Amino acid sequence: MSFRPELPTRTRLIKTLKQTVRILVMLATTFLGLLVITFLIGRVVPIDPVLAVVGDKASPQVYENARIAMGLNLPLWKQFLIYIGNVVTGDFGTSVLTANPVIDDILRVFPATFELAVTATVIGIVLGIPLGILSAVKQGSFWDHVIRVIGLFGHSLPIFWLGLMGLMFFYVRLDLLPGPGRVDIFYEGIVTPVTGFLMIDSIVAGEWEIFRNAVYHLILPASLLGYYSMAYLLRMTRSFMIEQLGQEYILTARVKGVKEWKVIWGHALGNCAIPLITVIALSFGTLLEGSVLTETVFAWPGLGLYLTNSLLNADMNAVLGCTIVVGAIFLGVNLFSDFLYKVVDPRAR
Amino acid sequence: MIFKMMTNKILKTGGIEEWLLADTPDSAYQAWAGRAYLGWLAFMKNRLAVLGLLIIVSLVIIAVLAPVLAPYDPVETNIGNRLQPLSFTHYFGTDEMGRDIFSRVIWGSRLTLYVIGLVAVIAAPVGILVGTVAGYLGGIIDTVLMRITDIFLAFPKLILALAFVSALGPGIENAIIAIAITSWPPYARIARAETITIRNCDFIKAVRLQGASGLRIITGHIMPLCLPSLIIRVTLDMAGVILTAAGLGFLGLGAQPPSPEWGAMTAGGRTYIIDHWWLITMPGTAIFIVSLAFNLLGDGLREVLDPRSDN
Repeated sequence: MSFRPELPTRTRLIKTLKQTVRILVMLATTFLGLLVITFLIGRVVPIDPVLAVVGDKASPQVYENARIAMGLNLPLWKQFLIYIGNVVTGDFGTSVLTANPVIDDILRVFPATFELAVTATVIGIVLGIPLGILSAVKQGSFWDHVIRVIGLFGHSLPIFWLGLMGLMFFYVRLDLLPGPGRVDIFYEGIVTPVTGFLMIDSIVAGEWEIFRNAVYHLILPASLLGYYSMAYLLRMTRSFMIEQLGQEYILTARVKGVKEWKVIWGHALGNCAIPLITVIALSFGTLLEGSVLTETVFAWPGLGLYLTNSLLNADMNAVLGCTIVVGAIFLGVNLFSDFLYKVVDPRAR
Repeated sequence: MIFKMMTNKILKTGGIEEWLLADTPDSAYQAWAGRAYLGWLAFMKNRLAVLGLLIIVSLVIIAVLAPVLAPYDPVETNIGNRLQPLSFTHYFGTDEMGRDIFSRVIWGSRLTLYVIGLVAVIAAPVGILVGTVAGYLGGIIDTVLMRITDIFLAFPKLILALAFVSALGPGIENAIIAIAITSWPPYARIARAETITIRNCDFIKAVRLQGASGLRIITGHIMPLCLPSLIIRVTLDMAGVILTAAGLGFLGLGAQPPSPEWGAMTAGGRTYIIDHWWLITMPGTAIFIVSLAFNLLGDGLREVLDPRSDN
């Protein structure tokens, strides 16, 4: 059936291996670049890290000892190598604010952000892709304009402001949804964190009341982030679909008498699947970014709020730790979408 | 002199429109003006883009005339007059320090223009320089420059900007620097892509045969051709820059109080949302309108200047 001459297995294996190595090298250099940036930021910062540890009343001898103990007397390149070693083994130093190792803090707060971002992505996909398709199919119609405006607003509304307005209407005025936080205060700390994902933990513990409360708390911030994800996805879906619907194979399918819904949802959308995967991966990464502002507005105890608090307290280890973790997640998501790309699209293999 | 000749010719041929749309332009200037006129006509057809342009023009006018338009001092506090609702003396009410919100929003337009202007002035030249040099020279320089660009592109903008602000310290100038540092990579990408298509054109070869240096070719012949696509991209990005700057202000890392920056104003009104809705509504709406205007204008420009766009 295949028109492509089958390559001998060994050649194909070598080809795959070469590709894998190339991707890994690229990832490694990009990550190294990020580490250079965070390392340099950590050096130019006007706060003296030694003073932060010993205090400004320390004698010169104590100060010097602390400096040597922190490795700050070594040449810069040696410091950088030590830094890489630390980061790779997950050692981002100690947070000044919480006095915990930064990595422990991040692991503790991350599930909350992940819960939020996943829910938002699901909302974005479920609404954004059908709306994008509708808009492309009915191009130029009234609904197309409405959908485009919805998308445009998503690119123009400040997320923190929309969050505050949402709180003002649904919490203060209408009292439909709960206020900030992950659960109501009197439910806090009842469920022992097993996975850190409150939804899962509360089910495991059999606390349905808390589960329900947590879902209510999730609705507003997740829909808010989901709206931004949707705005992005529908715009991209629209332009991909318009491109596909103009292709000749669509005409062929229609001439053959394929039903219209099958042409749209099967033929055209099928060919959009690959770029859409990349776009979804990108939007997931952007949500991690949007969560910084959203979590601040909703007092959501995730990575974003942790980052903001560290920033305001000039807690450099924590700030740079968060930057590296978010950067690594970005790279991971991109790698994952590349991988999916290859699975879905035979041409990319 | 030339201008007078032009005017005479315009009058002779009867009507400026005819002169602009002449099939056989007499000069390069006339051809250029004709093209610009056609572009303008296409742009004017896109009503939303025109609306965007109008909003931006009004923003500039408001910013220039701020001292005349604002009825009150934007930073002077008056505790006895705090949290007043909307009225004819205070169109947008007053905030938690008794400052007139209407005046603050008007003065805030200056800060917004300051931010987007400086970011564009810093980031666009850096991007175009890196992109054209990488694209024209190729080889190892191209690889190195594009790897650096990719590193910046691979990571979320706001998070990187936050990391830079944390090192530089809070403040509007530092926020601008941080945003500019994270904004140039896409411009470099675009400029490089344009340069690679232009680099092998015959006219570049002709210029090179005449003995033009690489510097001259890049600055005199390649950069001007990169400008249209770059301008669209910068305009589209300005909406994002406004949102990022406002976000930094909201987090307390951008403009510092009592400066009337819209994001910082929203943050100030946060505590009062239960009974005093106008504190956050007014500055937030201002951010929204301006960023929407840039999105509309950017979309319109793309349709006019970029023939490859699907619309």
